[in-house]
Amino acid sequence: MSKPKKKTGMSSLERTTRRWWPLFLGPVTAAFIIGFVWPFIQGIYLSFCKFKTTSDAQFIGLGNYVNAFQDASFRHAFWFTALFAIVSLVIINVLAFLIAYLLTQGIRGSNLFRTVFFAPNLIGGIVLGYIWSMIFDGILSRFGTSILLNTRLGFWGLIILVCWQQIGYMMIIYIAGLQNVPGDMLEAAKIDGASKLQTLFKVTIPNVMPSITICMFLSLTNGFKLFDQNLALTAGQPIAIQAGGVSVKTTEMLALNIYNTFYNSNAAAQGTAQAKAVVFFVLVAALGLMQLAFTRSKEVQQ
Amino acid sequence: MNEKKMRTLSAERRHKKIMTVVMAIVCILWVMPVIMVVLNSFKFNTFVKTDTFALPTGEMWAGVQNFVKGMTFGNYPFWKSALYSVMITLLSTALILLCCSMAGWFIARVNSIFCKILYFLCVFSMVVPFQMVMFTLSKTADTLRLNTPWTIPIVYLGFGAGLAIFMFVGFAKSIPLEIEEAAAIDGCGPLRTFFQIVVPMLRPTMISVGILEIMWVWNDYLLPYLVLDINEYRTIPIHIQYLKGSYGTVDLGATMALILLAIIPVIVFYLACQKYIIKGVAAGAVKG
Repeated sequence: MSKPKKKTGMSSLERTTRRWWPLFLGPVTAAFIIGFVWPFIQGIYLSFCKFKTTSDAQFIGLGNYVNAFQDASFRHAFWFTALFAIVSLVIINVLAFLIAYLLTQGIRGSNLFRTVFFAPNLIGGIVLGYIWSMIFDGILSRFGTSILLNTRLGFWGLIILVCWQQIGYMMIIYIAGLQNVPGDMLEAAKIDGASKLQTLFKVTIPNVMPSITICMFLSLTNGFKLFDQNLALTAGQPIAIQAGGVSVKTTEMLALNIYNTFYNSNAAAQGTAQAKAVVFFVLVAALGLMQLAFTRSKEVQQ
Repeated sequence: MNEKKMRTLSAERRHKKIMTVVMAIVCILWVMPVIMVVLNSFKFNTFVKTDTFALPTGEMWAGVQNFVKGMTFGNYPFWKSALYSVMITLLSTALILLCCSMAGWFIARVNSIFCKILYFLCVFSMVVPFQMVMFTLSKTADTLRLNTPWTIPIVYLGFGAGLAIFMFVGFAKSIPLEIEEAAAIDGCGPLRTFFQIVVPMLRPTMISVGILEIMWVWNDYLLPYLVLDINEYRTIPIHIQYLKGSYGTVDLGATMALILLAIIPVIVFYLACQKYIIKGVAAGAVKG
Protein backbone atom coordinates (compact mmCIF):
# COMPACT_ATOMS: atom_id res chain seq x y z
CA MET A 1 0.00 0.00 0.00
CA SER A 2 1.09 3.57 -0.53
CA LYS A 3 2.25 5.89 2.16
CA PRO A 4 -0.44 8.26 3.41
CA LYS A 5 0.06 11.76 2.06
CA LYS A 6 0.64 14.13 4.93
CA LYS A 7 -0.44 17.47 3.61
CA THR A 8 -1.90 20.43 5.32
CA GLY A 9 -5.59 20.41 4.50
CA MET A 10 -6.93 19.11 1.26
CA SER A 11 -5.23 19.38 -2.11
CA SER A 12 -7.08 21.33 -4.77
CA LEU A 13 -7.24 18.16 -6.84
CA GLU A 14 -9.05 16.38 -4.06
CA ARG A 15 -11.40 19.30 -3.65
CA THR A 16 -12.45 19.26 -7.30
CA THR A 17 -12.74 15.48 -7.34
CA ARG A 18 -14.88 15.52 -4.23
CA ARG A 19 -17.60 17.51 -5.95
CA TRP A 20 -18.15 14.63 -8.37
CA TRP A 21 -19.24 12.16 -5.71
CA PRO A 22 -22.81 11.65 -6.95
CA LEU A 23 -21.47 10.28 -10.19
CA PHE A 24 -18.64 8.18 -8.77
CA LEU A 25 -20.28 6.87 -5.62
CA GLY A 26 -23.98 7.27 -6.34
CA PRO A 27 -24.70 4.09 -8.35
CA VAL A 28 -22.66 1.81 -6.11
CA THR A 29 -24.12 3.30 -2.93
CA ALA A 30 -27.69 2.92 -4.18
CA ALA A 31 -27.15 -0.67 -5.32
CA PHE A 32 -25.22 -1.50 -2.18
CA ILE A 33 -28.09 -0.30 -0.02
CA ILE A 34 -30.60 -2.32 -2.03
CA GLY A 35 -28.44 -5.41 -2.35
CA PHE A 36 -26.75 -5.51 1.02
CA VAL A 37 -27.25 -2.85 3.67
CA TRP A 38 -31.04 -2.79 3.82
CA PRO A 39 -31.53 -6.60 3.54
CA PHE A 40 -28.88 -7.06 6.22
CA ILE A 41 -30.47 -4.64 8.70
CA GLN A 42 -33.92 -5.98 7.96
CA GLY A 43 -32.60 -9.51 8.38
CA ILE A 44 -31.25 -8.74 11.84
CA TYR A 45 -34.52 -7.10 12.84
CA LEU A 46 -36.69 -9.93 11.47
CA SER A 47 -34.73 -12.50 13.43
CA PHE A 48 -36.48 -11.06 16.51
CA CYS A 49 -39.90 -11.14 14.87
CA LYS A 50 -42.68 -13.50 14.00
CA PHE A 51 -43.49 -13.09 10.29
CA LYS A 52 -44.58 -14.71 7.09
CA THR A 53 -43.64 -11.93 4.72
CA THR A 54 -41.49 -8.92 5.44
CA SER A 55 -44.51 -6.68 5.93
CA ASP A 56 -46.36 -8.51 8.72
CA ALA A 57 -43.51 -8.69 11.24
CA GLN A 58 -44.34 -8.74 14.94
CA PHE A 59 -41.57 -8.26 17.48
CA ILE A 60 -41.28 -11.30 19.76
CA GLY A 61 -37.79 -11.02 21.24
CA LEU A 62 -35.45 -13.97 21.44
CA GLY A 63 -38.05 -16.67 20.76
CA ASN A 64 -36.69 -17.43 17.30
CA TYR A 65 -33.22 -18.03 18.66
CA VAL A 66 -34.57 -20.38 21.31
CA ASN A 67 -36.41 -22.27 18.57
CA ALA A 68 -33.32 -22.37 16.40
CA PHE A 69 -31.11 -23.85 19.09
CA GLN A 70 -33.80 -26.32 20.13
CA ASP A 71 -34.18 -27.54 16.56
CA ALA A 72 -32.54 -30.98 16.35
CA SER A 73 -31.98 -30.66 12.59
CA PHE A 74 -30.10 -27.38 13.06
CA ARG A 75 -27.84 -28.85 15.74
CA HIS A 76 -27.23 -31.91 13.60
CA ALA A 77 -26.47 -29.68 10.60
CA PHE A 78 -24.01 -27.72 12.71
CA TRP A 79 -22.00 -30.77 13.77
CA PHE A 80 -22.18 -32.30 10.34
CA THR A 81 -20.96 -29.05 8.78
CA ALA A 82 -18.19 -28.55 11.34
CA LEU A 83 -16.91 -32.09 10.83
CA PHE A 84 -17.17 -31.68 7.09
CA ALA A 85 -15.31 -28.35 7.14
CA ILE A 86 -12.44 -29.74 9.21
CA VAL A 87 -12.04 -32.98 7.26
CA SER A 88 -12.20 -31.17 3.93
CA LEU A 89 -9.75 -28.54 5.22
CA VAL A 90 -7.14 -31.17 6.07
CA ILE A 91 -7.49 -33.23 2.90
CA ILE A 92 -7.69 -30.27 0.52
CA ASN A 93 -4.70 -28.48 2.00
CA VAL A 94 -2.44 -31.50 2.29
CA LEU A 95 -3.13 -32.60 -1.29
CA ALA A 96 -3.06 -29.07 -2.72
CA PHE A 97 0.27 -28.35 -1.05
CA LEU A 98 1.71 -31.67 -2.20
CA ILE A 99 0.68 -31.06 -5.80
CA ALA A 100 1.91 -27.46 -5.71
CA TYR A 101 5.23 -28.61 -4.28
CA LEU A 102 5.70 -31.24 -6.96
CA LEU A 103 4.72 -28.81 -9.70
CA THR A 104 7.35 -26.28 -8.59
CA GLN A 105 10.20 -28.80 -8.75
CA GLY A 106 10.76 -28.10 -12.42
CA ILE A 107 9.23 -31.30 -13.76
CA ARG A 108 8.18 -31.48 -17.36
CA GLY A 109 4.57 -30.54 -18.16
CA SER A 110 4.03 -28.56 -14.96
CA ASN A 111 1.95 -25.92 -16.72
CA LEU A 112 -0.30 -28.46 -18.36
CA PHE A 113 -0.81 -30.26 -15.05
CA ARG A 114 -1.61 -26.99 -13.34
CA THR A 115 -4.23 -26.21 -16.01
CA VAL A 116 -5.86 -29.60 -15.54
CA PHE A 117 -5.93 -29.49 -11.75
CA PHE A 118 -7.49 -26.05 -11.66
CA ALA A 119 -10.15 -26.74 -14.31
CA PRO A 120 -12.91 -28.23 -12.05
CA ASN A 121 -12.99 -24.97 -10.12
CA LEU A 122 -14.78 -23.30 -13.01
CA ILE A 123 -17.70 -25.68 -12.99
CA GLY A 124 -20.58 -24.48 -10.85
CA GLY A 125 -21.74 -26.30 -7.73
CA ILE A 126 -25.05 -27.52 -9.14
CA VAL A 127 -23.48 -29.02 -12.25
CA LEU A 128 -20.66 -30.53 -10.17
CA GLY A 129 -23.20 -32.15 -7.89
CA TYR A 130 -24.96 -33.86 -10.76
CA ILE A 131 -21.75 -35.00 -12.43
CA TRP A 132 -20.67 -36.72 -9.24
CA SER A 133 -24.10 -38.05 -8.44
CA MET A 134 -23.98 -39.87 -11.80
CA ILE A 135 -20.53 -41.29 -10.98
CA PHE A 136 -21.40 -42.34 -7.43
CA ASP A 137 -24.64 -43.90 -8.66
CA GLY A 138 -22.71 -45.85 -11.25
CA ILE A 139 -20.35 -47.26 -8.62
CA LEU A 140 -22.77 -47.72 -5.71
CA SER A 141 -25.59 -49.32 -7.68
CA ARG A 142 -23.30 -52.31 -8.11
CA PHE A 143 -23.30 -52.73 -4.36
CA GLY A 144 -27.03 -52.30 -4.19
CA THR A 145 -26.89 -48.95 -2.43
CA SER A 146 -26.93 -45.26 -3.27
CA ILE A 147 -25.46 -42.05 -1.98
CA LEU A 148 -28.97 -41.05 -0.92
CA LEU A 149 -29.35 -44.06 1.36
CA ASN A 150 -26.33 -43.80 3.61
CA THR A 151 -25.16 -40.81 5.64
CA ARG A 152 -21.56 -41.92 5.67
CA LEU A 153 -21.49 -42.33 1.90
CA GLY A 154 -23.10 -38.92 1.55
CA PHE A 155 -20.45 -37.35 3.74
CA TRP A 156 -17.52 -38.84 1.86
CA GLY A 157 -19.22 -38.18 -1.44
CA LEU A 158 -19.38 -34.49 -0.56
CA ILE A 159 -15.75 -34.58 0.57
CA ILE A 160 -14.61 -36.11 -2.73
CA LEU A 161 -16.64 -33.54 -4.64
CA VAL A 162 -15.23 -30.49 -2.87
CA CYS A 163 -11.71 -31.89 -3.04
CA TRP A 164 -12.02 -32.25 -6.78
CA GLN A 165 -13.35 -28.72 -7.02
CA GLN A 166 -11.06 -26.89 -4.62
CA ILE A 167 -7.68 -28.61 -4.66
CA GLY A 168 -6.81 -26.81 -7.89
CA TYR A 169 -7.78 -23.45 -6.42
CA MET A 170 -5.68 -23.87 -3.29
CA MET A 171 -2.86 -25.27 -5.43
CA ILE A 172 -2.72 -21.98 -7.36
CA ILE A 173 -2.31 -20.04 -4.11
CA TYR A 174 0.35 -22.46 -2.87
CA ILE A 175 2.25 -22.29 -6.14
CA ALA A 176 2.31 -18.48 -5.89
CA GLY A 177 3.64 -18.82 -2.35
CA LEU A 178 6.25 -21.43 -3.25
CA GLN A 179 7.54 -19.33 -6.12
CA ASN A 180 8.21 -16.53 -3.66
CA VAL A 181 10.49 -18.61 -1.46
CA PRO A 182 13.90 -16.92 -1.84
CA GLY A 183 16.13 -19.02 -4.08
CA ASP A 184 19.30 -18.19 -2.17
CA MET A 185 17.78 -19.57 1.03
CA LEU A 186 17.15 -22.91 -0.68
CA GLU A 187 20.64 -22.77 -2.16
CA ALA A 188 22.16 -22.09 1.26
CA ALA A 189 20.27 -25.04 2.76
CA LYS A 190 21.58 -27.27 -0.01
CA ILE A 191 25.17 -26.15 0.50
CA ASP A 192 24.85 -26.73 4.24
CA GLY A 193 23.92 -30.31 3.42
CA ALA A 194 20.26 -30.23 4.40
CA SER A 195 18.20 -33.13 3.07
CA LYS A 196 15.17 -32.48 0.86
CA LEU A 197 12.80 -33.18 3.72
CA GLN A 198 14.75 -30.90 6.07
CA THR A 199 14.70 -28.12 3.48
CA LEU A 200 10.95 -28.58 3.04
CA PHE A 201 10.12 -28.35 6.74
CA LYS A 202 12.78 -25.87 7.86
CA VAL A 203 12.93 -23.49 4.90
CA THR A 204 10.03 -23.90 2.48
CA ILE A 205 7.06 -24.31 4.83
CA PRO A 206 7.97 -21.39 7.17
CA ASN A 207 8.27 -19.21 4.07
CA VAL A 208 4.86 -20.13 2.68
CA MET A 209 3.08 -19.72 6.01
CA PRO A 210 0.99 -16.76 4.70
CA SER A 211 -0.35 -18.92 1.85
CA ILE A 212 -1.05 -21.74 4.27
CA THR A 213 -3.06 -19.42 6.54
CA ILE A 214 -5.08 -18.07 3.62
CA CYS A 215 -5.83 -21.51 2.23
CA MET A 216 -6.78 -22.98 5.60
CA PHE A 217 -9.29 -20.24 6.28
CA LEU A 218 -10.60 -20.30 2.72
CA SER A 219 -11.28 -24.01 2.83
CA LEU A 220 -12.77 -23.71 6.31
CA THR A 221 -15.22 -20.94 5.35
CA ASN A 222 -15.96 -22.64 2.01
CA GLY A 223 -16.79 -25.79 3.95
CA PHE A 224 -19.13 -23.91 6.26
CA LYS A 225 -20.84 -22.07 3.42
CA LEU A 226 -21.29 -25.06 1.10
CA PHE A 227 -24.74 -25.01 -0.45
CA ASP A 228 -25.08 -25.77 -4.18
CA GLN A 229 -23.05 -28.97 -4.03
CA ASN A 230 -24.97 -30.16 -1.00
CA LEU A 231 -28.30 -29.46 -2.66
CA ALA A 232 -27.36 -31.16 -5.92
CA LEU A 233 -25.54 -34.21 -4.58
CA THR A 234 -27.60 -35.37 -1.59
CA ALA A 235 -30.21 -32.67 -0.90
CA GLY A 236 -29.84 -33.73 2.74
CA GLN A 237 -30.88 -37.37 2.20
CA PRO A 238 -31.21 -39.81 3.90
CA ILE A 239 -33.75 -38.80 6.55
CA ALA A 240 -33.42 -40.28 10.01
CA ILE A 241 -36.10 -40.31 12.67
CA GLN A 242 -34.54 -39.29 15.97
CA ALA A 243 -35.79 -40.06 19.44
CA GLY A 244 -38.93 -38.02 20.04
CA GLY A 245 -40.15 -38.45 16.47
CA VAL A 246 -38.15 -35.59 15.00
CA SER A 247 -37.04 -36.31 11.44
CA VAL A 248 -33.60 -35.04 10.54
CA LYS A 249 -32.02 -34.84 7.12
CA THR A 250 -28.70 -36.41 7.96
CA THR A 251 -26.48 -34.92 5.25
CA GLU A 252 -28.02 -31.47 5.40
CA MET A 253 -25.45 -28.76 6.04
CA LEU A 254 -26.07 -25.39 7.71
CA ALA A 255 -26.77 -23.34 4.60
CA LEU A 256 -29.18 -25.93 3.24
CA ASN A 257 -30.84 -26.27 6.63
CA ILE A 258 -31.48 -22.52 6.69
CA TYR A 259 -32.80 -22.62 3.16
CA ASN A 260 -35.15 -25.51 3.93
CA THR A 261 -36.41 -23.83 7.08
CA PHE A 262 -37.25 -20.73 5.05
CA TYR A 263 -38.82 -22.29 2.00
CA ASN A 264 -39.62 -25.95 2.57
CA SER A 265 -41.36 -26.11 5.90
CA ASN A 266 -44.48 -24.73 7.49
CA ALA A 267 -44.73 -20.98 7.13
CA ALA A 268 -44.42 -20.37 10.86
CA ALA A 269 -40.70 -21.22 10.69
CA GLN A 270 -39.61 -18.07 8.82
CA GLY A 271 -38.55 -16.31 12.00
CA THR A 272 -36.61 -19.35 13.16
CA ALA A 273 -34.94 -19.54 9.77
CA GLN A 274 -33.85 -15.91 9.95
CA ALA A 275 -32.49 -16.46 13.47
CA LYS A 276 -30.54 -19.47 12.18
CA ALA A 277 -29.22 -17.27 9.38
CA VAL A 278 -27.97 -14.71 11.90
CA VAL A 279 -26.24 -17.43 13.93
CA PHE A 280 -24.71 -18.71 10.70
CA PHE A 281 -23.54 -15.21 9.79
CA VAL A 282 -21.91 -14.72 13.20
CA LEU A 283 -20.12 -18.04 12.80
CA VAL A 284 -18.81 -17.32 9.29
CA ALA A 285 -17.93 -13.70 10.10
CA ALA A 286 -15.98 -14.84 13.18
CA LEU A 287 -13.95 -17.15 10.97
CA GLY A 288 -13.37 -14.31 8.53
CA LEU A 289 -12.23 -11.92 11.26
CA MET A 290 -9.92 -14.58 12.70
CA GLN A 291 -8.35 -14.93 9.28
CA LEU A 292 -7.86 -11.18 9.07
CA ALA A 293 -6.26 -11.05 12.51
CA PHE A 294 -4.02 -14.00 11.65
CA THR A 295 -2.78 -12.57 8.36
CA ARG A 296 -2.26 -9.16 9.93
CA SER A 297 -0.09 -10.60 12.72
CA LYS A 298 1.92 -12.53 10.13
CA GLU A 299 2.49 -9.36 8.12
CA VAL A 300 3.92 -7.62 11.16
CA GLN A 301 6.44 -10.37 11.71
CA GLN A 302 7.86 -10.16 8.21
CA MET B 1 32.55 -33.11 -12.33
CA ASN B 2 33.23 -36.19 -10.28
CA GLU B 3 31.48 -39.50 -10.71
CA LYS B 4 29.37 -39.27 -7.57
CA LYS B 5 27.94 -35.94 -8.56
CA MET B 6 27.14 -37.23 -12.05
CA ARG B 7 25.30 -40.15 -10.51
CA THR B 8 23.14 -37.94 -8.30
CA LEU B 9 22.37 -35.73 -11.28
CA SER B 10 21.17 -38.59 -13.44
CA ALA B 11 19.25 -40.00 -10.49
CA GLU B 12 17.55 -36.68 -10.12
CA ARG B 13 16.67 -36.63 -13.80
CA ARG B 14 15.20 -40.10 -13.55
CA HIS B 15 13.30 -39.01 -10.49
CA LYS B 16 11.79 -36.10 -12.38
CA LYS B 17 10.75 -38.35 -15.24
CA ILE B 18 8.95 -40.66 -12.84
CA MET B 19 7.21 -37.66 -11.30
CA THR B 20 6.01 -36.53 -14.72
CA VAL B 21 4.53 -39.96 -15.39
CA VAL B 22 2.83 -40.08 -11.99
CA MET B 23 1.40 -36.61 -12.44
CA ALA B 24 0.17 -37.47 -15.93
CA ILE B 25 -1.71 -40.47 -14.54
CA VAL B 26 -3.23 -38.38 -11.75
CA CYS B 27 -4.27 -35.77 -14.33
CA ILE B 28 -6.01 -38.38 -16.45
CA LEU B 29 -7.92 -39.49 -13.35
CA TRP B 30 -8.64 -35.82 -12.64
CA VAL B 31 -10.43 -35.25 -15.95
CA MET B 32 -12.29 -38.58 -15.72
CA PRO B 33 -15.51 -37.05 -14.36
CA VAL B 34 -15.74 -34.77 -17.39
CA ILE B 35 -14.97 -37.67 -19.71
CA MET B 36 -17.75 -39.64 -18.01
CA VAL B 37 -20.15 -36.79 -18.79
CA VAL B 38 -19.13 -36.92 -22.45
CA LEU B 39 -19.51 -40.71 -22.63
CA ASN B 40 -22.85 -40.79 -20.87
CA SER B 41 -24.31 -37.97 -22.88
CA PHE B 42 -24.29 -40.37 -25.85
CA LYS B 43 -25.97 -43.26 -24.01
CA PHE B 44 -29.61 -44.16 -23.76
CA ASN B 45 -31.13 -43.36 -20.38
CA THR B 46 -31.28 -46.91 -19.02
CA PHE B 47 -27.59 -47.52 -19.57
CA VAL B 48 -26.35 -44.45 -17.73
CA LYS B 49 -27.01 -46.09 -14.39
CA THR B 50 -26.13 -49.69 -15.24
CA ASP B 51 -23.10 -49.14 -17.47
CA THR B 52 -21.84 -45.77 -16.29
CA PHE B 53 -18.19 -46.47 -17.04
CA ALA B 54 -18.61 -48.25 -20.36
CA LEU B 55 -18.05 -46.73 -23.77
CA PRO B 56 -21.32 -45.84 -25.51
CA THR B 57 -21.18 -48.64 -28.07
CA GLY B 58 -23.73 -50.96 -29.67
CA GLU B 59 -27.23 -50.71 -28.28
CA MET B 60 -26.14 -48.08 -25.77
CA TRP B 61 -25.30 -45.54 -28.47
CA ALA B 62 -27.93 -42.83 -28.60
CA GLY B 63 -26.21 -40.51 -31.04
CA VAL B 64 -27.36 -36.93 -30.80
CA GLN B 65 -30.80 -37.95 -29.60
CA ASN B 66 -30.05 -36.94 -26.01
CA PHE B 67 -28.98 -33.50 -27.16
CA VAL B 68 -32.10 -33.02 -29.26
CA LYS B 69 -34.27 -34.20 -26.38
CA GLY B 70 -32.39 -32.13 -23.84
CA MET B 71 -32.95 -28.96 -25.79
CA THR B 72 -36.66 -28.90 -24.96
CA PHE B 73 -36.43 -30.66 -21.61
CA GLY B 74 -38.77 -29.67 -18.80
CA ASN B 75 -40.97 -27.50 -21.05
CA TYR B 76 -38.26 -24.89 -21.22
CA PRO B 77 -35.87 -24.51 -24.14
CA PHE B 78 -32.26 -24.89 -23.10
CA TRP B 79 -31.04 -22.17 -25.45
CA LYS B 80 -33.21 -19.69 -23.61
CA SER B 81 -31.57 -20.46 -20.27
CA ALA B 82 -28.15 -20.27 -21.94
CA LEU B 83 -29.08 -16.89 -23.39
CA TYR B 84 -30.22 -15.58 -20.01
CA SER B 85 -27.08 -16.91 -18.37
CA VAL B 86 -24.85 -15.15 -20.88
CA MET B 87 -26.85 -11.96 -20.69
CA ILE B 88 -26.98 -11.77 -16.90
CA THR B 89 -23.29 -12.64 -16.58
CA LEU B 90 -22.14 -10.04 -19.10
CA LEU B 91 -24.43 -7.25 -17.91
CA SER B 92 -23.62 -7.82 -14.25
CA THR B 93 -19.88 -8.00 -14.84
CA ALA B 94 -19.90 -4.87 -16.99
CA LEU B 95 -21.95 -2.97 -14.42
CA ILE B 96 -19.77 -4.10 -11.53
CA LEU B 97 -16.57 -3.18 -13.40
CA LEU B 98 -17.81 0.25 -14.36
CA CYS B 99 -19.40 1.30 -11.08
CA CYS B 100 -16.90 -0.32 -8.72
CA SER B 101 -13.81 0.95 -10.51
CA MET B 102 -15.22 4.49 -10.34
CA ALA B 103 -16.13 4.11 -6.68
CA GLY B 104 -12.85 2.38 -5.83
CA TRP B 105 -10.73 5.11 -7.38
CA PHE B 106 -12.84 7.81 -5.74
CA ILE B 107 -12.51 6.19 -2.31
CA ALA B 108 -8.76 5.91 -2.78
CA ARG B 109 -8.46 9.60 -3.69
CA VAL B 110 -10.99 11.38 -1.52
CA ASN B 111 -10.56 11.31 2.20
CA SER B 112 -14.06 11.77 3.61
CA ILE B 113 -16.09 10.11 6.35
CA PHE B 114 -18.61 8.83 3.84
CA CYS B 115 -15.88 7.12 1.80
CA LYS B 116 -14.50 5.50 4.91
CA ILE B 117 -17.91 4.20 5.97
CA LEU B 118 -18.63 2.86 2.50
CA TYR B 119 -15.25 1.14 2.33
CA PHE B 120 -15.70 -0.38 5.76
CA LEU B 121 -19.16 -1.69 4.82
CA CYS B 122 -17.74 -3.19 1.64
CA VAL B 123 -15.07 -5.09 3.50
CA PHE B 124 -17.68 -6.14 6.04
CA SER B 125 -20.01 -7.42 3.33
CA MET B 126 -17.33 -9.85 2.17
CA VAL B 127 -17.70 -11.97 5.30
CA VAL B 128 -21.51 -12.07 5.21
CA PRO B 129 -22.86 -15.34 3.81
CA PHE B 130 -25.69 -15.11 1.31
CA GLN B 131 -28.10 -17.04 3.55
CA MET B 132 -28.04 -14.13 5.98
CA VAL B 133 -29.72 -11.80 3.49
CA MET B 134 -31.38 -14.17 1.03
CA PHE B 135 -34.93 -13.84 2.32
CA THR B 136 -34.93 -10.08 2.76
CA LEU B 137 -32.89 -9.47 -0.40
CA SER B 138 -35.27 -11.43 -2.59
CA LYS B 139 -38.24 -9.59 -1.07
CA THR B 140 -36.55 -6.21 -1.59
CA ALA B 141 -35.70 -7.11 -5.17
CA ASP B 142 -39.32 -8.14 -5.73
CA THR B 143 -40.69 -4.92 -4.30
CA LEU B 144 -38.37 -2.82 -6.44
CA ARG B 145 -39.17 -4.90 -9.54
CA LEU B 146 -35.57 -6.00 -9.93
CA ASN B 147 -36.73 -9.53 -10.73
CA THR B 148 -35.97 -9.61 -14.46
CA PRO B 149 -32.74 -10.56 -16.25
CA TRP B 150 -32.33 -6.92 -17.27
CA THR B 151 -32.46 -5.59 -13.73
CA ILE B 152 -30.85 -8.40 -11.72
CA PRO B 153 -27.40 -6.95 -12.51
CA ILE B 154 -28.28 -4.19 -10.02
CA VAL B 155 -28.74 -6.84 -7.32
CA TYR B 156 -25.41 -8.38 -8.30
CA LEU B 157 -23.77 -4.97 -8.16
CA GLY B 158 -25.14 -4.47 -4.67
CA PHE B 159 -24.27 -7.86 -3.25
CA GLY B 160 -20.98 -8.23 -5.15
CA ALA B 161 -19.64 -4.71 -4.72
CA GLY B 162 -17.54 -5.59 -1.67
CA LEU B 163 -14.75 -7.61 -3.22
CA ALA B 164 -14.62 -5.48 -6.37
CA ILE B 165 -14.32 -2.20 -4.47
CA PHE B 166 -11.79 -3.73 -2.09
CA MET B 167 -9.59 -4.76 -5.00
CA PHE B 168 -9.97 -1.48 -6.90
CA VAL B 169 -9.19 0.65 -3.84
CA GLY B 170 -6.11 -1.45 -3.15
CA PHE B 171 -4.79 -0.98 -6.65
CA ALA B 172 -5.79 2.67 -7.09
CA LYS B 173 -3.81 3.56 -3.96
CA SER B 174 -0.66 2.21 -5.60
CA ILE B 175 -1.02 4.48 -8.65
CA PRO B 176 1.18 7.57 -8.27
CA LEU B 177 -0.85 10.71 -7.73
CA GLU B 178 1.54 12.82 -9.83
CA ILE B 179 0.09 11.63 -13.14
CA GLU B 180 -3.38 12.76 -12.16
CA GLU B 181 -2.03 16.04 -10.80
CA ALA B 182 -0.33 16.70 -14.12
CA ALA B 183 -3.60 15.97 -15.92
CA ALA B 184 -5.45 18.36 -13.62
CA ILE B 185 -2.91 21.11 -14.35
CA ASP B 186 -3.49 20.51 -18.05
CA GLY B 187 -7.17 21.22 -17.40
CA CYS B 188 -8.48 17.68 -17.26
CA GLY B 189 -11.61 17.24 -15.10
CA PRO B 190 -12.04 14.28 -12.74
CA LEU B 191 -14.31 12.39 -15.12
CA ARG B 192 -11.90 12.65 -18.03
CA THR B 193 -8.94 11.92 -15.77
CA PHE B 194 -10.63 8.77 -14.62
CA PHE B 195 -11.61 7.40 -18.01
CA GLN B 196 -8.56 8.46 -20.02
CA ILE B 197 -5.79 8.13 -17.47
CA VAL B 198 -6.84 5.93 -14.59
CA VAL B 199 -8.83 3.26 -16.45
CA PRO B 200 -5.93 2.21 -18.70
CA MET B 201 -3.75 1.82 -15.61
CA LEU B 202 -6.48 -0.17 -13.83
CA ARG B 203 -6.62 -2.69 -16.69
CA PRO B 204 -4.93 -5.62 -14.87
CA THR B 205 -7.26 -5.21 -11.88
CA MET B 206 -10.22 -4.86 -14.24
CA ILE B 207 -9.34 -8.21 -15.80
CA SER B 208 -8.90 -9.92 -12.42
CA VAL B 209 -12.16 -8.54 -11.03
CA GLY B 210 -13.96 -9.28 -14.29
CA ILE B 211 -12.83 -12.92 -14.26
CA LEU B 212 -13.88 -13.39 -10.64
CA GLU B 213 -17.29 -11.83 -11.25
CA ILE B 214 -17.87 -13.86 -14.42
CA MET B 215 -17.05 -17.09 -12.59
CA TRP B 216 -19.32 -16.13 -9.71
CA VAL B 217 -22.36 -14.93 -11.66
CA TRP B 218 -22.23 -17.67 -14.29
CA ASN B 219 -22.26 -20.43 -11.69
CA ASP B 220 -24.51 -18.74 -9.15
CA TYR B 221 -27.67 -20.65 -8.43
CA LEU B 222 -29.45 -19.39 -5.34
CA LEU B 223 -29.52 -15.64 -5.95
CA PRO B 224 -31.13 -15.76 -9.42
CA TYR B 225 -33.35 -18.64 -8.31
CA LEU B 226 -34.80 -16.55 -5.49
CA VAL B 227 -34.89 -13.23 -7.33
CA LEU B 228 -36.08 -14.16 -10.82
CA ASP B 229 -39.51 -15.45 -11.77
CA ILE B 230 -38.31 -18.94 -12.68
CA ASN B 231 -41.29 -19.89 -14.82
CA GLU B 232 -40.26 -17.11 -17.12
CA TYR B 233 -36.50 -16.76 -16.69
CA ARG B 234 -34.04 -19.54 -15.91
CA THR B 235 -30.29 -19.51 -15.98
CA ILE B 236 -28.38 -22.71 -16.76
CA PRO B 237 -27.85 -23.76 -13.11
CA ILE B 238 -31.52 -23.08 -12.34
CA HIS B 239 -32.59 -25.06 -15.40
CA ILE B 240 -30.46 -28.07 -14.49
CA GLN B 241 -31.49 -28.03 -10.85
CA TYR B 242 -35.14 -27.67 -11.85
CA LEU B 243 -34.93 -30.72 -14.10
CA LYS B 244 -33.22 -32.93 -11.58
CA GLY B 245 -35.00 -31.63 -8.53
CA SER B 246 -38.58 -31.77 -9.70
CA TYR B 247 -38.64 -34.91 -11.84
CA GLY B 248 -37.86 -38.05 -9.87
CA THR B 249 -37.17 -40.20 -12.93
CA VAL B 250 -35.48 -37.78 -15.23
CA ASP B 251 -33.79 -38.91 -18.46
CA LEU B 252 -30.18 -39.18 -17.28
CA GLY B 253 -28.73 -39.38 -20.78
CA ALA B 254 -30.38 -36.14 -21.78
CA THR B 255 -29.35 -34.51 -18.48
CA MET B 256 -25.74 -35.44 -19.17
CA ALA B 257 -26.09 -33.97 -22.65
CA LEU B 258 -27.29 -30.70 -21.11
CA ILE B 259 -24.49 -30.74 -18.55
CA LEU B 260 -22.01 -31.22 -21.36
CA LEU B 261 -23.53 -28.27 -23.23
CA ALA B 262 -23.34 -26.24 -20.02
CA ILE B 263 -19.64 -26.90 -19.42
CA ILE B 264 -18.40 -26.53 -22.99
CA PRO B 265 -18.53 -22.70 -22.87
CA VAL B 266 -16.77 -22.80 -19.50
CA ILE B 267 -13.96 -24.96 -20.90
CA VAL B 268 -13.59 -22.72 -23.96
CA PHE B 269 -13.50 -19.64 -21.75
CA TYR B 270 -10.91 -21.30 -19.51
CA LEU B 271 -8.62 -22.33 -22.35
CA ALA B 272 -8.87 -18.89 -23.93
CA CYS B 273 -8.20 -16.82 -20.80
CA GLN B 274 -6.30 -19.31 -18.68
CA LYS B 275 -3.47 -16.95 -17.85
CA TYR B 276 -5.79 -14.21 -16.64
CA ILE B 277 -8.03 -16.61 -14.76
CA ILE B 278 -5.19 -18.03 -12.72
CA LYS B 279 -3.85 -14.54 -12.03
CA GLY B 280 -7.29 -13.27 -11.08
CA VAL B 281 -7.83 -16.15 -8.68
CA ALA B 282 -4.50 -15.56 -6.99
CA ALA B 283 -5.33 -11.84 -6.67
CA GLY B 284 -8.81 -12.43 -5.30
CA ALA B 285 -7.77 -15.06 -2.77
CA VAL B 286 -8.76 -12.75 0.07
CA LYS B 287 -12.34 -13.85 -0.25
CA GLY B 288 -13.91 -17.28 0.09
